[in-house]
Amino acid sequence: MNILLTISFSSIASGIHHWLVSTIPNELLAKSIEMVIVGICLLLFLVPLCFILGYMERKVAGFMQMRYGPNRVGPYGSLQIVADTVKLVMKEGLTPTGSDKFLFNLAPVIMVVTCMLVLAPIAFAKDFQIWDINIGVLYVSAISSLAVIGILMAGWSSYNKYSLLGAMRSGAQIVSYELSVGLSLISIVILTGSLKMSDIVMSQETGWWIIRGHIPVIISFVIFVIASTAEINRAPFDLAEAEQELTAGFHTEYAGMKFAMFLLAEYINLFIVSAIAATLFLGGWMPFHIGHWEAFNHIMDFVPSSLWFLGKTFFIIFIIMQFRWTFPRLRVDQLLTLEWKYLLPISMVNTILVTVMAIMGWHF
Amino acid sequence: MNASTIIFYLLAASIIGGALMAVTSLKIFRSAVFLLFSLVGIAGLYFYLDYEFIGAVQVIVYVGGIVVLIIFSIFLTHGSGEDMKRPHWIRAIFSAVAAAFGCILTMFYISQYTFTTSGKPAIEPNAGNIGAQMLSTTDHGYILPFEVVSILLLAAMIGCIVIAIKVKIPPHEILAEKPEDDSVDESKNSEPLLANTQIEL
Repeated sequence: MNILLTISFSSIASGIHHWLVSTIPNELLAKSIEMVIVGICLLLFLVPLCFILGYMERKVAGFMQMRYGPNRVGPYGSLQIVADTVKLVMKEGLTPTGSDKFLFNLAPVIMVVTCMLVLAPIAFAKDFQIWDINIGVLYVSAISSLAVIGILMAGWSSYNKYSLLGAMRSGAQIVSYELSVGLSLISIVILTGSLKMSDIVMSQETGWWIIRGHIPVIISFVIFVIASTAEINRAPFDLAEAEQELTAGFHTEYAGMKFAMFLLAEYINLFIVSAIAATLFLGGWMPFHIGHWEAFNHIMDFVPSSLWFLGKTFFIIFIIMQFRWTFPRLRVDQLLTLEWKYLLPISMVNTILVTVMAIMGWHF
Repeated sequence: MNASTIIFYLLAASIIGGALMAVTSLKIFRSAVFLLFSLVGIAGLYFYLDYEFIGAVQVIVYVGGIVVLIIFSIFLTHGSGEDMKRPHWIRAIFSAVAAAFGCILTMFYISQYTFTTSGKPAIEPNAGNIGAQMLSTTDHGYILPFEVVSILLLAAMIGCIVIAIKVKIPPHEILAEKPEDDSVDESKNSEPLLANTQIEL
Protein backbone atom coordinates (compact mmCIF):
# COMPACT_ATOMS: atom_id res chain seq x y z
CA MET A 1 0.00 0.00 0.00
CA ASN A 2 2.80 2.37 0.88
CA ILE A 3 4.54 1.61 -2.41
CA LEU A 4 1.34 2.35 -4.29
CA LEU A 5 1.04 5.74 -2.62
CA THR A 6 4.55 6.80 -3.64
CA ILE A 7 4.05 6.00 -7.33
CA SER A 8 3.61 9.19 -9.28
CA PHE A 9 4.23 10.39 -12.81
CA SER A 10 7.41 12.14 -11.72
CA SER A 11 8.81 8.98 -10.10
CA ILE A 12 8.03 6.95 -13.22
CA ALA A 13 9.68 9.57 -15.42
CA SER A 14 12.83 9.83 -13.30
CA GLY A 15 12.96 6.00 -13.04
CA ILE A 16 12.96 5.68 -16.83
CA HIS A 17 15.57 8.42 -17.09
CA HIS A 18 17.96 6.74 -14.63
CA TRP A 19 17.47 3.35 -16.24
CA LEU A 20 18.23 4.76 -19.70
CA VAL A 21 21.32 6.65 -18.54
CA SER A 22 22.72 3.61 -16.73
CA THR A 23 22.08 1.11 -19.54
CA ILE A 24 23.06 3.23 -22.54
CA PRO A 25 26.59 4.65 -22.26
CA ASN A 26 26.26 6.95 -25.29
CA GLU A 27 24.81 10.27 -24.08
CA LEU A 28 23.51 11.31 -27.49
CA LEU A 29 21.70 8.00 -27.99
CA ALA A 30 20.15 8.09 -24.51
CA LYS A 31 18.92 11.65 -25.04
CA SER A 32 17.46 10.83 -28.45
CA ILE A 33 15.66 7.79 -27.05
CA GLU A 34 14.25 9.94 -24.27
CA MET A 35 12.99 12.49 -26.80
CA VAL A 36 11.33 9.74 -28.83
CA ILE A 37 9.67 8.37 -25.69
CA VAL A 38 8.38 11.84 -24.78
CA GLY A 39 7.03 12.28 -28.31
CA ILE A 40 5.25 8.92 -28.26
CA CYS A 41 3.78 9.67 -24.83
CA LEU A 42 2.50 13.02 -26.10
CA LEU A 43 0.84 11.39 -29.09
CA LEU A 44 -0.65 8.66 -26.89
CA PHE A 45 -2.06 11.40 -24.69
CA LEU A 46 -3.19 13.84 -27.38
CA VAL A 47 -5.02 11.56 -29.81
CA PRO A 48 -7.35 10.04 -27.17
CA LEU A 49 -7.72 13.55 -25.73
CA CYS A 50 -8.97 14.80 -29.09
CA PHE A 51 -11.40 11.86 -29.27
CA ILE A 52 -12.71 12.76 -25.82
CA LEU A 53 -12.97 16.46 -26.65
CA GLY A 54 -14.77 15.73 -29.92
CA TYR A 55 -17.28 13.52 -28.14
CA MET A 56 -17.62 16.01 -25.30
CA GLU A 57 -18.24 18.87 -27.71
CA ARG A 58 -21.14 17.06 -29.34
CA LYS A 59 -22.63 15.97 -26.05
CA VAL A 60 -22.34 19.48 -24.58
CA ALA A 61 -23.98 20.83 -27.74
CA GLY A 62 -26.79 18.31 -27.37
CA PHE A 63 -27.19 19.21 -23.71
CA MET A 64 -27.31 22.93 -24.47
CA GLN A 65 -29.87 22.49 -27.25
CA MET A 66 -32.00 19.92 -25.38
CA ARG A 67 -31.29 17.01 -27.73
CA TYR A 68 -29.32 13.77 -27.36
CA GLY A 69 -26.22 14.34 -29.44
CA PRO A 70 -24.53 11.22 -30.87
CA ASN A 71 -26.38 8.13 -29.56
CA ARG A 72 -26.26 5.36 -32.19
CA VAL A 73 -22.69 4.06 -32.47
CA GLY A 74 -21.56 2.33 -29.29
CA PRO A 75 -22.86 2.99 -25.77
CA TYR A 76 -24.22 6.56 -25.60
CA GLY A 77 -22.73 7.22 -29.02
CA SER A 78 -19.22 7.11 -27.64
CA LEU A 79 -17.81 5.29 -30.68
CA GLN A 80 -19.16 7.86 -33.14
CA ILE A 81 -15.88 9.76 -33.05
CA VAL A 82 -13.97 6.57 -33.92
CA ALA A 83 -16.20 6.08 -36.94
CA ASP A 84 -15.59 9.70 -37.96
CA THR A 85 -11.83 9.26 -37.64
CA VAL A 86 -11.91 6.13 -39.82
CA LYS A 87 -13.92 8.10 -42.37
CA LEU A 88 -11.35 10.91 -42.38
CA VAL A 89 -8.45 8.49 -42.79
CA MET A 90 -10.14 6.73 -45.72
CA LYS A 91 -10.84 9.95 -47.64
CA GLU A 92 -8.62 11.17 -50.42
CA GLY A 93 -6.31 14.05 -49.52
CA LEU A 94 -7.10 16.38 -52.40
CA THR A 95 -4.76 19.14 -53.49
CA PRO A 96 -6.65 21.63 -55.68
CA THR A 97 -5.29 22.59 -59.10
CA GLY A 98 -3.67 25.99 -59.12
CA SER A 99 -2.76 25.81 -55.45
CA ASP A 100 0.78 26.21 -54.18
CA LYS A 101 1.28 22.52 -53.42
CA PHE A 102 4.32 22.90 -51.17
CA LEU A 103 2.69 25.47 -48.87
CA PHE A 104 -0.69 23.73 -49.06
CA ASN A 105 0.83 20.56 -47.59
CA LEU A 106 3.07 22.43 -45.16
CA ALA A 107 0.29 24.48 -43.49
CA PRO A 108 -1.40 21.66 -41.48
CA VAL A 109 2.00 20.41 -40.36
CA ILE A 110 2.93 23.85 -39.04
CA MET A 111 -0.36 24.05 -37.14
CA VAL A 112 0.20 20.71 -35.38
CA VAL A 113 3.91 21.31 -34.69
CA THR A 114 3.11 24.68 -33.12
CA CYS A 115 0.57 23.10 -30.77
CA MET A 116 3.03 20.40 -29.77
CA LEU A 117 5.72 22.99 -29.02
CA VAL A 118 3.40 24.98 -26.76
CA LEU A 119 2.71 21.86 -24.70
CA ALA A 120 6.35 21.74 -23.54
CA PRO A 121 6.24 23.96 -20.42
CA ILE A 122 2.82 22.82 -19.17
CA ALA A 123 2.96 21.01 -15.81
CA PHE A 124 0.70 17.96 -16.09
CA ALA A 125 1.29 16.74 -12.54
CA LYS A 126 3.60 17.40 -9.62
CA ASP A 127 7.19 17.61 -10.96
CA PHE A 128 5.95 16.22 -14.26
CA GLN A 129 6.78 18.60 -17.04
CA ILE A 130 8.51 18.21 -20.40
CA TRP A 131 10.64 21.35 -20.19
CA ASP A 132 10.61 23.66 -17.18
CA ILE A 133 11.97 26.63 -19.12
CA ASN A 134 12.64 29.74 -17.05
CA ILE A 135 10.51 31.96 -19.30
CA GLY A 136 7.54 29.57 -19.47
CA VAL A 137 4.73 32.11 -19.91
CA LEU A 138 6.64 34.18 -22.46
CA TYR A 139 7.54 31.01 -24.37
CA VAL A 140 3.89 30.02 -24.56
CA SER A 141 2.76 33.37 -25.89
CA ALA A 142 5.69 33.50 -28.34
CA ILE A 143 5.16 30.08 -29.85
CA SER A 144 1.38 30.39 -30.02
CA SER A 145 1.84 33.47 -32.22
CA LEU A 146 3.28 31.09 -34.84
CA ALA A 147 -0.15 29.50 -35.35
CA VAL A 148 -1.35 32.49 -37.36
CA ILE A 149 1.32 31.76 -39.97
CA GLY A 150 -0.14 28.29 -40.52
CA ILE A 151 -3.62 29.75 -41.02
CA LEU A 152 -2.41 32.48 -43.40
CA MET A 153 -0.41 29.89 -45.33
CA ALA A 154 -3.42 27.56 -45.63
CA GLY A 155 -5.66 30.41 -46.78
CA TRP A 156 -3.24 31.70 -49.38
CA SER A 157 -2.10 28.42 -50.87
CA SER A 158 -5.65 27.01 -51.31
CA TYR A 159 -6.28 29.28 -54.32
CA ASN A 160 -9.80 29.95 -53.14
CA LYS A 161 -11.39 33.27 -52.28
CA TYR A 162 -13.22 31.93 -49.23
CA SER A 163 -9.98 30.55 -47.84
CA LEU A 164 -8.16 33.82 -48.40
CA LEU A 165 -10.94 35.84 -46.75
CA GLY A 166 -10.97 33.48 -43.79
CA ALA A 167 -7.21 33.72 -43.44
CA MET A 168 -7.29 37.53 -43.55
CA ARG A 169 -9.98 37.64 -40.89
CA SER A 170 -8.20 35.23 -38.61
CA GLY A 171 -4.92 37.10 -39.04
CA ALA A 172 -6.50 40.38 -37.89
CA GLN A 173 -8.28 38.55 -35.07
CA ILE A 174 -5.30 36.64 -33.68
CA VAL A 175 -2.94 39.61 -33.88
CA SER A 176 -5.39 41.83 -31.96
CA TYR A 177 -6.47 39.35 -29.30
CA GLU A 178 -2.88 38.34 -28.55
CA LEU A 179 -2.51 41.67 -26.74
CA SER A 180 -5.28 41.00 -24.25
CA VAL A 181 -4.08 37.45 -23.67
CA GLY A 182 -0.59 38.76 -22.97
CA LEU A 183 -1.76 41.49 -20.61
CA SER A 184 -3.96 39.12 -18.62
CA LEU A 185 -1.07 36.67 -18.31
CA ILE A 186 1.18 39.51 -17.13
CA SER A 187 -1.07 40.19 -14.13
CA ILE A 188 -0.22 36.74 -12.74
CA VAL A 189 3.45 37.19 -13.62
CA ILE A 190 3.44 40.42 -11.60
CA LEU A 191 1.93 38.68 -8.59
CA THR A 192 4.30 35.72 -8.82
CA GLY A 193 7.44 37.56 -9.87
CA SER A 194 8.45 34.73 -12.16
CA LEU A 195 7.74 33.50 -15.67
CA LYS A 196 8.53 29.91 -14.79
CA MET A 197 5.51 27.58 -14.78
CA SER A 198 6.71 25.57 -11.77
CA ASP A 199 7.24 28.77 -9.74
CA ILE A 200 3.77 29.98 -10.67
CA VAL A 201 2.22 26.73 -9.50
CA MET A 202 4.29 26.67 -6.30
CA SER A 203 3.27 30.26 -5.46
CA GLN A 204 -0.33 29.05 -5.23
CA GLU A 205 0.36 26.60 -2.43
CA THR A 206 -1.56 28.71 0.08
CA GLY A 207 -4.42 29.43 -2.28
CA TRP A 208 -5.19 29.81 -5.95
CA TRP A 209 -4.59 33.25 -7.47
CA ILE A 210 -8.22 33.63 -8.48
CA ILE A 211 -9.16 33.48 -4.77
CA ARG A 212 -6.17 35.33 -3.35
CA GLY A 213 -6.01 38.03 -6.00
CA HIS A 214 -9.38 39.71 -5.34
CA ILE A 215 -11.35 41.28 -8.18
CA PRO A 216 -8.44 42.33 -10.50
CA VAL A 217 -7.36 38.72 -10.96
CA ILE A 218 -10.95 37.64 -11.58
CA ILE A 219 -11.18 40.35 -14.25
CA SER A 220 -7.99 39.16 -15.90
CA PHE A 221 -9.23 35.57 -15.75
CA VAL A 222 -12.43 36.56 -17.56
CA ILE A 223 -10.45 38.57 -20.12
CA PHE A 224 -8.08 35.65 -20.63
CA VAL A 225 -10.92 33.23 -21.28
CA ILE A 226 -12.64 35.60 -23.75
CA ALA A 227 -9.48 36.61 -25.59
CA SER A 228 -8.07 33.12 -25.82
CA THR A 229 -11.39 31.81 -27.14
CA ALA A 230 -10.91 34.36 -29.89
CA GLU A 231 -7.28 33.42 -30.37
CA ILE A 232 -8.07 29.77 -31.01
CA ASN A 233 -10.84 30.76 -33.47
CA ARG A 234 -13.69 29.15 -31.58
CA ALA A 235 -17.29 30.30 -31.74
CA PRO A 236 -18.50 33.01 -31.13
CA PHE A 237 -15.23 34.24 -32.64
CA ASP A 238 -15.06 31.67 -35.47
CA LEU A 239 -15.01 34.29 -38.22
CA ALA A 240 -12.08 32.55 -39.85
CA GLU A 241 -14.22 29.57 -40.75
CA ALA A 242 -17.74 31.06 -40.48
CA GLU A 243 -19.54 28.22 -42.20
CA GLN A 244 -22.57 30.23 -43.32
CA GLU A 245 -20.49 32.93 -44.99
CA LEU A 246 -17.21 31.34 -46.01
CA THR A 247 -18.21 27.62 -46.22
CA ALA A 248 -15.27 26.68 -43.99
CA GLY A 249 -12.87 29.60 -44.24
CA PHE A 250 -9.20 28.82 -44.37
CA HIS A 251 -9.62 25.03 -44.48
CA THR A 252 -12.32 24.92 -47.18
CA GLU A 253 -10.10 23.05 -49.63
CA TYR A 254 -8.67 20.56 -47.18
CA ALA A 255 -9.89 16.97 -47.01
CA GLY A 256 -8.92 13.67 -45.46
CA MET A 257 -5.94 13.55 -43.13
CA LYS A 258 -4.86 17.14 -43.82
CA PHE A 259 -8.25 18.33 -42.60
CA ALA A 260 -7.94 15.97 -39.64
CA MET A 261 -4.68 17.68 -38.72
CA PHE A 262 -6.44 21.06 -38.55
CA LEU A 263 -9.10 19.46 -36.37
CA LEU A 264 -6.40 17.95 -34.15
CA ALA A 265 -4.66 21.32 -33.86
CA GLU A 266 -7.96 22.99 -32.96
CA TYR A 267 -8.66 20.58 -30.10
CA ILE A 268 -5.08 20.64 -28.82
CA ASN A 269 -5.25 24.43 -28.80
CA LEU A 270 -8.46 24.28 -26.79
CA PHE A 271 -6.71 22.01 -24.29
CA ILE A 272 -3.63 24.24 -24.12
CA VAL A 273 -5.60 27.41 -23.51
CA SER A 274 -7.60 25.75 -20.75
CA ALA A 275 -4.48 24.20 -19.25
CA ILE A 276 -2.75 27.57 -19.10
CA ALA A 277 -5.80 29.20 -17.53
CA ALA A 278 -5.91 26.35 -15.01
CA THR A 279 -2.19 26.66 -14.25
CA LEU A 280 -2.08 30.41 -13.84
CA PHE A 281 -5.40 31.18 -12.22
CA LEU A 282 -6.62 27.93 -10.67
CA GLY A 283 -3.35 26.58 -9.28
CA GLY A 284 -2.43 23.92 -11.85
CA TRP A 285 -1.91 20.59 -10.09
CA MET A 286 -2.09 22.25 -6.65
CA PRO A 287 -4.89 20.75 -4.51
CA PHE A 288 -7.61 22.95 -3.07
CA HIS A 289 -6.59 24.13 0.39
CA ILE A 290 -8.43 26.26 2.91
CA GLY A 291 -6.35 28.23 5.43
CA HIS A 292 -5.89 26.23 8.65
CA TRP A 293 -8.33 23.36 8.08
CA GLU A 294 -5.62 20.73 8.53
CA ALA A 295 -7.88 17.69 8.15
CA PHE A 296 -9.61 19.04 5.04
CA ASN A 297 -6.28 19.98 3.42
CA HIS A 298 -4.90 16.54 4.16
CA ILE A 299 -7.84 14.82 2.52
CA MET A 300 -7.43 17.05 -0.52
CA ASP A 301 -3.75 16.03 -0.75
CA PHE A 302 -4.81 12.43 -1.31
CA VAL A 303 -6.34 13.27 -4.69
CA PRO A 304 -3.54 12.77 -7.27
CA SER A 305 -2.08 16.00 -8.66
CA SER A 306 -2.72 14.92 -12.26
CA LEU A 307 -6.43 14.58 -11.48
CA TRP A 308 -6.49 18.09 -10.04
CA PHE A 309 -4.85 19.44 -13.18
CA LEU A 310 -7.12 17.57 -15.60
CA GLY A 311 -10.22 18.39 -13.56
CA LYS A 312 -9.55 22.13 -13.63
CA THR A 313 -8.62 22.01 -17.31
CA PHE A 314 -11.80 20.18 -18.25
CA PHE A 315 -13.85 22.62 -16.19
CA ILE A 316 -12.53 25.50 -18.31
CA ILE A 317 -12.96 23.49 -21.52
CA PHE A 318 -16.59 22.96 -20.51
CA ILE A 319 -17.07 26.72 -20.04
CA ILE A 320 -15.50 27.51 -23.43
CA MET A 321 -17.67 24.85 -25.10
CA GLN A 322 -20.79 26.42 -23.64
CA PHE A 323 -19.87 29.76 -25.27
CA ARG A 324 -20.27 28.17 -28.65
CA TRP A 325 -23.92 27.41 -28.11
CA THR A 326 -24.75 30.53 -26.13
CA PHE A 327 -23.59 33.51 -28.16
CA PRO A 328 -24.18 34.35 -31.83
CA ARG A 329 -21.14 34.96 -34.01
CA LEU A 330 -19.73 38.49 -33.93
CA ARG A 331 -19.37 40.63 -37.04
CA VAL A 332 -15.82 41.64 -38.01
CA ASP A 333 -16.28 45.23 -36.83
CA GLN A 334 -17.86 44.09 -33.54
CA LEU A 335 -14.95 41.73 -33.04
CA LEU A 336 -12.36 44.46 -33.46
CA THR A 337 -14.41 46.92 -31.37
CA LEU A 338 -14.63 44.41 -28.54
CA GLU A 339 -10.88 44.00 -28.48
CA TRP A 340 -9.60 47.53 -29.10
CA LYS A 341 -12.29 49.55 -27.34
CA TYR A 342 -13.20 47.29 -24.42
CA LEU A 343 -10.86 44.40 -23.61
CA LEU A 344 -7.54 46.18 -24.21
CA PRO A 345 -8.26 49.34 -22.15
CA ILE A 346 -9.82 47.26 -19.36
CA SER A 347 -6.86 44.93 -19.21
CA MET A 348 -4.40 47.84 -19.24
CA VAL A 349 -6.11 49.49 -16.28
CA ASN A 350 -6.38 46.09 -14.65
CA THR A 351 -2.63 45.54 -15.01
CA ILE A 352 -2.00 48.79 -13.14
CA LEU A 353 -4.44 47.70 -10.40
CA VAL A 354 -2.67 44.35 -10.06
CA THR A 355 0.71 46.10 -9.90
CA VAL A 356 -0.47 48.39 -7.12
CA MET A 357 -1.94 45.39 -5.33
CA ALA A 358 1.31 43.44 -5.63
CA ILE A 359 3.44 46.36 -4.41
CA MET A 360 1.20 47.12 -1.42
CA GLY A 361 0.82 43.42 -0.61
CA TRP A 362 -2.97 43.61 -0.51
CA HIS A 363 -3.43 40.09 -1.83
CA PHE A 364 -3.50 37.34 0.77
CA MET B 1 30.91 14.81 -33.30
CA ASN B 2 28.61 15.16 -30.33
CA ALA B 3 24.93 16.07 -30.04
CA SER B 4 25.65 19.75 -29.60
CA THR B 5 27.60 20.04 -32.85
CA ILE B 6 24.94 18.19 -34.81
CA ILE B 7 22.22 20.49 -33.47
CA PHE B 8 24.33 23.54 -34.31
CA TYR B 9 24.84 22.45 -37.91
CA LEU B 10 21.14 21.63 -38.31
CA LEU B 11 20.23 25.13 -37.08
CA ALA B 12 22.87 26.76 -39.28
CA ALA B 13 21.60 24.82 -42.30
CA SER B 14 18.03 25.96 -41.63
CA ILE B 15 19.11 29.60 -41.24
CA ILE B 16 21.32 29.74 -44.35
CA GLY B 17 19.09 27.49 -46.44
CA GLY B 18 16.00 29.51 -45.53
CA ALA B 19 17.76 32.77 -46.35
CA LEU B 20 18.99 31.51 -49.72
CA MET B 21 15.56 30.16 -50.66
CA ALA B 22 13.93 33.43 -49.58
CA VAL B 23 16.14 35.34 -51.99
CA THR B 24 15.98 32.94 -54.92
CA SER B 25 12.30 31.92 -54.83
CA LEU B 26 10.17 33.35 -57.62
CA LYS B 27 6.91 33.27 -55.64
CA ILE B 28 6.81 36.16 -53.20
CA PHE B 29 4.67 34.38 -50.61
CA ARG B 30 7.12 31.47 -50.57
CA SER B 31 9.94 33.95 -49.98
CA ALA B 32 8.12 35.19 -46.89
CA VAL B 33 7.72 31.62 -45.63
CA PHE B 34 11.40 30.81 -46.18
CA LEU B 35 12.33 34.01 -44.37
CA LEU B 36 10.18 32.68 -41.52
CA PHE B 37 12.24 29.47 -41.43
CA SER B 38 15.43 31.48 -41.33
CA LEU B 39 14.18 33.63 -38.44
CA VAL B 40 12.89 30.63 -36.51
CA GLY B 41 16.32 29.07 -36.99
CA ILE B 42 17.94 32.14 -35.43
CA ALA B 43 15.53 31.86 -32.50
CA GLY B 44 16.57 28.22 -32.23
CA LEU B 45 20.21 29.34 -32.10
CA TYR B 46 19.40 31.56 -29.13
CA PHE B 47 17.66 28.67 -27.39
CA TYR B 48 20.73 26.53 -28.16
CA LEU B 49 22.91 29.13 -26.41
CA ASP B 50 20.54 29.08 -23.39
CA TYR B 51 19.38 32.65 -24.06
CA GLU B 52 15.74 31.66 -23.79
CA PHE B 53 14.49 35.19 -23.26
CA ILE B 54 16.06 36.57 -26.43
CA GLY B 55 14.92 33.49 -28.34
CA ALA B 56 11.31 34.03 -27.27
CA VAL B 57 11.51 37.74 -28.06
CA GLN B 58 12.94 36.90 -31.49
CA VAL B 59 9.92 34.69 -32.15
CA ILE B 60 7.43 37.28 -30.88
CA VAL B 61 8.91 40.25 -32.74
CA TYR B 62 10.10 38.75 -36.01
CA VAL B 63 7.79 35.79 -36.53
CA GLY B 64 4.61 36.94 -34.80
CA GLY B 65 5.02 40.56 -35.84
CA ILE B 66 7.17 41.26 -38.86
CA VAL B 67 6.55 38.15 -40.97
CA VAL B 68 2.79 38.43 -40.36
CA LEU B 69 3.01 42.07 -41.47
CA ILE B 70 4.93 41.07 -44.61
CA ILE B 71 2.37 38.36 -45.39
CA PHE B 72 -0.48 40.84 -44.94
CA SER B 73 1.11 43.29 -47.34
CA ILE B 74 1.58 40.47 -49.85
CA PHE B 75 -2.13 39.62 -49.50
CA LEU B 76 -3.07 43.21 -50.22
CA THR B 77 -0.73 43.58 -53.21
CA HIS B 78 -2.19 43.27 -56.69
CA GLY B 79 -1.06 40.25 -58.68
CA SER B 80 1.15 38.87 -55.96
CA GLY B 81 0.05 35.32 -56.79
CA GLU B 82 1.94 35.20 -60.09
CA ASP B 83 5.59 34.28 -60.50
CA MET B 84 7.96 37.21 -60.46
CA LYS B 85 10.11 37.94 -63.48
CA ARG B 86 13.60 36.48 -63.47
CA PRO B 87 16.16 39.26 -62.97
CA HIS B 88 18.55 40.13 -65.77
CA TRP B 89 21.70 37.98 -65.58
CA ILE B 90 24.04 40.98 -65.18
CA ARG B 91 22.09 42.11 -62.12
CA ALA B 92 22.07 38.60 -60.72
CA ILE B 93 25.84 38.31 -61.08
CA PHE B 94 26.49 41.70 -59.50
CA SER B 95 24.23 41.01 -56.53
CA ALA B 96 25.92 37.64 -56.02
CA VAL B 97 29.32 39.37 -56.07
CA ALA B 98 28.13 42.01 -53.61
CA ALA B 99 26.76 39.34 -51.25
CA ALA B 100 29.95 37.29 -51.47
CA PHE B 101 32.07 40.38 -50.82
CA GLY B 102 30.04 41.31 -47.74
CA CYS B 103 30.31 37.76 -46.45
CA ILE B 104 34.11 37.65 -46.95
CA LEU B 105 34.56 41.06 -45.31
CA THR B 106 32.58 39.99 -42.22
CA MET B 107 34.43 36.71 -41.95
CA PHE B 108 37.78 38.49 -42.32
CA TYR B 109 37.00 40.89 -39.46
CA ILE B 110 35.70 38.10 -37.25
CA SER B 111 38.89 36.11 -37.80
CA GLN B 112 41.01 39.20 -36.98
CA TYR B 113 39.14 39.96 -33.75
CA THR B 114 40.29 38.21 -30.60
CA PHE B 115 37.39 37.40 -28.30
CA THR B 116 38.39 37.87 -24.67
CA THR B 117 36.45 36.06 -21.98
CA SER B 118 35.24 38.18 -19.09
CA GLY B 119 36.46 37.16 -15.66
CA LYS B 120 33.23 38.18 -13.97
CA PRO B 121 30.71 35.49 -13.06
CA ALA B 122 27.88 35.24 -15.56
CA ILE B 123 24.53 36.78 -14.61
CA GLU B 124 21.68 34.34 -14.94
CA PRO B 125 19.54 35.57 -17.86
CA ASN B 126 16.17 35.27 -16.15
CA ALA B 127 13.30 37.70 -16.48
CA GLY B 128 14.01 39.49 -13.19
CA ASN B 129 17.65 40.23 -14.00
CA ILE B 130 16.82 41.37 -17.53
CA GLY B 131 14.11 43.70 -16.22
CA ALA B 132 16.43 45.17 -13.58
CA GLN B 133 19.22 45.67 -16.13
CA MET B 134 16.88 47.27 -18.63
CA LEU B 135 15.65 49.91 -16.17
CA SER B 136 18.82 50.52 -14.17
CA THR B 137 20.73 53.82 -14.32
CA THR B 138 24.08 52.35 -13.22
CA ASP B 139 27.10 51.52 -15.38
CA HIS B 140 25.63 48.73 -17.46
CA GLY B 141 22.02 49.89 -17.30
CA TYR B 142 20.00 50.38 -20.44
CA ILE B 143 17.46 52.96 -19.25
CA LEU B 144 18.38 55.59 -21.87
CA PRO B 145 18.22 53.38 -24.99
CA PHE B 146 15.11 51.72 -23.57
CA GLU B 147 13.30 55.04 -23.18
CA VAL B 148 14.50 56.37 -26.54
CA VAL B 149 13.18 53.26 -28.27
CA SER B 150 9.88 53.63 -26.38
CA ILE B 151 9.48 57.20 -27.62
CA LEU B 152 10.33 56.09 -31.17
CA LEU B 153 7.67 53.40 -31.02
CA LEU B 154 5.12 55.84 -29.59
CA ALA B 155 5.85 58.27 -32.41
CA ALA B 156 5.46 55.47 -34.96
CA MET B 157 2.14 54.47 -33.42
CA ILE B 158 0.78 58.02 -33.47
CA GLY B 159 1.95 58.29 -37.07
CA CYS B 160 0.00 55.14 -37.96
CA ILE B 161 -3.13 56.53 -36.35
CA VAL B 162 -2.76 59.82 -38.24
CA ILE B 163 -2.36 57.96 -41.55
CA ALA B 164 -5.26 55.60 -40.90
CA ILE B 165 -7.62 58.21 -39.44
CA LYS B 166 -10.99 58.55 -41.12
CA VAL B 167 -12.53 61.99 -41.49
CA LYS B 168 -16.27 61.65 -41.75
CA ILE B 169 -17.71 63.99 -44.34
CA PRO B 170 -21.33 64.92 -43.53
CA PRO B 171 -23.89 63.95 -46.21
CA HIS B 172 -24.70 67.49 -47.36
CA GLU B 173 -21.01 68.14 -48.05
CA ILE B 174 -20.97 65.22 -50.45
CA LEU B 175 -24.10 66.58 -52.13
CA ALA B 176 -22.49 69.96 -52.45
CA GLU B 177 -19.83 68.57 -54.78
CA LYS B 178 -22.49 67.87 -57.41
CA PRO B 179 -23.43 70.64 -59.89
CA GLU B 180 -25.28 73.45 -58.16
CA ASP B 181 -28.98 72.85 -57.71
CA ASP B 182 -31.39 75.67 -56.99
CA SER B 183 -33.32 73.63 -54.45
CA VAL B 184 -30.27 73.16 -52.20
CA ASP B 185 -30.41 75.55 -49.29
CA GLU B 186 -27.65 78.14 -49.49
CA SER B 187 -27.27 78.49 -45.73
CA LYS B 188 -26.53 74.78 -45.32
CA ASN B 189 -23.74 74.85 -47.87
CA SER B 190 -22.04 77.83 -46.36
CA GLU B 191 -21.45 76.12 -43.00
CA PRO B 192 -17.78 75.80 -42.20
CA LEU B 193 -16.45 72.37 -43.07
CA LEU B 194 -14.64 71.72 -39.81
CA ALA B 195 -17.67 72.37 -37.62
CA ASN B 196 -19.38 69.19 -38.74
CA THR B 197 -16.31 67.08 -39.24
CA GLN B 198 -16.25 64.14 -36.92
CA ILE B 199 -13.00 62.44 -36.21
CA GLU B 200 -13.34 58.73 -35.96
CA LEU B 201 -10.58 56.85 -34.22
